[in-house]
Amino acid sequence: MIFLTRKAEFSSAHFYWNDAWSPEENQRVFGKCANRNGHGHNYTLEVTVSGEVDPVSGFVVDLKELKDILEREVVSVYDHRHLNLEVPEFKTTVPTTENIAIAIWQRLNNKIPHAKLYRIRVYEMPDLFADYYGEQ
Amino acid sequence: MKAHLSRRYHFSASHRLHTESYDAAQNAAVFGKCNNPHGHGHNYTVQITLSGQVDPATGMVCNLAELDAFAQTNLLARFDHTNLNTLNCFRDTVSTTENLSIEIHRIFQRFTAAHLERVHVEETSNNSFDYSGNSTPAPGTI
Repeated sequence: MIFLTRKAEFSSAHFYWNDAWSPEENQRVFGKCANRNGHGHNYTLEVTVSGEVDPVSGFVVDLKELKDILEREVVSVYDHRHLNLEVPEFKTTVPTTENIAIAIWQRLNNKIPHAKLYRIRVYEMPDLFADYYGEQ
Repeated sequence: MKAHLSRRYHFSASHRLHTESYDAAQNAAVFGKCNNPHGHGHNYTVQITLSGQVDPATGMVCNLAELDAFAQTNLLARFDHTNLNTLNCFRDTVSTTENLSIEIHRIFQRFTAAHLERVHVEETSNNSFDYSGNSTPAPGTI
């Protein structure tokens, strides 16, 4: 079993807000992240897949194919977008780093040929990241 | 859904690796330049990994502002710009980064908003240490 990790980057705007709460409660819980004008980050995504090395190609997964899948399923949807306003899964969930990791897992799971999705790691900034390993 | 959240903090401190259990020659032999009587220092990076169910209302494993406030009071205010050897926690143990990781794990166990998975401490860009308590981390999760 080999683990292979591919990185991708996207830059997006977002804010944290729960419509079920009053503005005061949103402000109290989310602080400056609740600014409705939004703010943004350069996100780094690390997708780790596991699998056996193909004896002929020497690959766990075709890296070009994985890059294309990440581009199609994630980067083209998230990059230079406002996550709350333009990405469907964040119409109903808060686009925290945790929820972004879960959403990317759901976008990629079962879409990578010959390999199993092992971990999604999303860096919101170098000192903050979330990991999701699927349902545990 | 359960997710892991990791947050990194930075502090600078001095220390000296030395134990009264050894004589001067043994200390010098075992700890080398880290046994310099006047001490030396590092920029430490501490990475705290917490896990828990993502709260459906907040989208969070735990509130980062609360974690940062806890870290400010219990980690940074305590260790930043100090000589580690002068602190109570290193009165009887050598201020290696292994022991520092164990002490920081003990500290963050008191942060109860999420489950503490692991403490990772980088002493330099080439040396890092992980402590997950007495449990063995799941394969591949470090």
